[in-house]
Amino acid sequence: MSGHTYLGMPAFPERSAAAVQDAQLRHNLRHATRTIRGKRAAVIDELPDWPGAREAAKEIKDRTLRHLDRYLVQLEEAVTAAGGTVHWAADAAEANRIVVGLVEATGERSVVKVKSMATQEIGLNEALESAGITAYETDLAELIVQLGEDTPSHILVPAIHRNRAEIREIFQRAMADWGRPAPGDLTDDPRALAEAARLHLRERFMSTRVAVSGANFMVAETGTLVVLESEGNGRMCLTLPETLISVVGIEKTIPTWEDLSVFLELLPRSSTGERMNPYTTTWTGVTPGDGPQTFHLVLLDNGRTDVLADQVGRQALRCIRCSACLNVCPVYQRTGGHAYGSVYPGPIGAILTPQLRGMQSELDASLPYASTLCGACYEVCPVAIDIPEVLVHLRARAVQESGHRAERLAMRAARWVLERPVRLTRAQNAAGRFRRLIPKRLPGPLGGWTDTRDLPPVPRESFRAWWRRTEKGDS
Amino acid sequence: MGEGALELLAERIRDYRAQVRLVRAEEIPNAVAKALRARNARRIVVPPGFPAEWLASGECEWLSDEGPLTPAELDRVDGVITSCVVAIAETGTLVLDGGTGQGRRALTLIPDYHLCVVPVGRVVRTVAEAMPLLDPIRPLTWISGPSATSDIELDRVEGVHGPRTLEVIVVG
Ligand code: SF4
Repeated sequence: MSGHTYLGMPAFPERSAAAVQDAQLRHNLRHATRTIRGKRAAVIDELPDWPGAREAAKEIKDRTLRHLDRYLVQLEEAVTAAGGTVHWAADAAEANRIVVGLVEATGERSVVKVKSMATQEIGLNEALESAGITAYETDLAELIVQLGEDTPSHILVPAIHRNRAEIREIFQRAMADWGRPAPGDLTDDPRALAEAARLHLRERFMSTRVAVSGANFMVAETGTLVVLESEGNGRMCLTLPETLISVVGIEKTIPTWEDLSVFLELLPRSSTGERMNPYTTTWTGVTPGDGPQTFHLVLLDNGRTDVLADQVGRQALRCIRCSACLNVCPVYQRTGGHAYGSVYPGPIGAILTPQLRGMQSELDASLPYASTLCGACYEVCPVAIDIPEVLVHLRARAVQESGHRAERLAMRAARWVLERPVRLTRAQNAAGRFRRLIPKRLPGPLGGWTDTRDLPPVPRESFRAWWRRTEKGDS
Repeated sequence: MGEGALELLAERIRDYRAQVRLVRAEEIPNAVAKALRARNARRIVVPPGFPAEWLASGECEWLSDEGPLTPAELDRVDGVITSCVVAIAETGTLVLDGGTGQGRRALTLIPDYHLCVVPVGRVVRTVAEAMPLLDPIRPLTWISGPSATSDIELDRVEGVHGPRTLEVIVVG
């Protein structure tokens, strides 16, 4: 991730100390988080039954995660039936390889992108750049971040650490290098800055043939992807190009079309504090005569099945990235997003990043301590993730894992599969699709176990036989 | 639909700083003509199946999408007029599904002005009520106000890439 690396970064305490000294950042964060908090509270109060909606959302996500393997297979079938192509990527490198390959196959040298945390997580822009492909970010905030050669600092308002004068300066300096230059008389009025972005990107939207997106939700039953946004750049990317490639974390799945409704109620209200965001696009495969005629869905694991194996930690996968927990967090408000050294900042980052990446690095092992355990994040979370509970759990794990890490992880994963026999078939079903899932994951437990015990690896075909012989793993 | 759903819809759309008129069915042609005249919008895209009797204004050039129109052509029109498949009162949301009178997605994306007529019987109160009326196989666009951003110091600014002006005629 050239110039943007998160690797080898100093641990949270050092990074946050540096950030706390930045008065501009602190001011912006205070203003921003206070504004959003107020708006959120007003529209949440308007809901007739917020606790009920929250419980329903939690229940849907938990049910999905429990049967994720089955829903992913169902999703794949539905997307394929609707004319899309599904790819399974076990880790960042594989996902990047798939996307680069798909773009290269079109013969294009550039793509337009709509904000996606999954593609940031895997460093896709950098991978494309290495292949000589330019990725143009199109969200206003992402554009500011990209032109400023920066990293995002808030899930929702990635450029929250920049004020209008800085943004004007960035536009004037850098827009010309990326395409249409900023107007000569550009002021720092937000309207003028938005207009400059509109002009800068319009031509690009109309001429670029490949787009890359993420998705907020994927509906297993119908194969429908859902993107919520405000500016219309999402619609541009999802509608105008000929080829659309969506990279989506596997935990974004929900079972049915009806299930989507509770999330459409909760996400905009929790996130921007609006009853509804300006634009939501849903699409299923391809539609003749409307939108991209080639659609690829890249399902991203990249550590998520490891998180699933942790019974306490796995609730982090319910997250719908609303950022409400950031806005109430006293630690985040003082340090800002960069201190977390990952694309997932704030309380959710403190529990998600160490689980996705493991806690080998000093930064990642320190993240579970980036909290006062005040519980405000849990209170506002629309999917009721008990962040303090997971933090405490991860602190314990960080200590434990200095010991027999691989074995412990392996056994935990095994327990998750073995709890219920029906999971096994499904697990193998899904596992077969993630080429690299084996031997690291589901029959992965054994892979990890053999690593530490110096036993020959168990061939994947014999896992089922072993299962039967040992009477479903009970012996 | 229930009591006051049309009024609620109008109020909630207005909250997004979009203009709303509540009219009776026979007033549609007049309301359309008035809205377009007020904006001095003359070259208007009309999607397939949009009721011709609502387009009474003699001052406008009605552009069909048979062709279809290129993005560059769409960028040069004054606006687009469509209906919608469902409108959700509580959230002030219009849902378009590309069906009759709505057209493909690009038509309501590239022009800077979108006039939407919400026909009788299309208004529901909640998002949950809207779901069973929608066909997920069709590409859907949910529109709640004009395009907007709050990315610069959280000041809401209308219009980055989508239509900067949204106007709605609710028929009741
Ligand atoms: S953890 Fe909960 S509050 Fe935080 S971003 Fe995720 S869904 Fe929102």
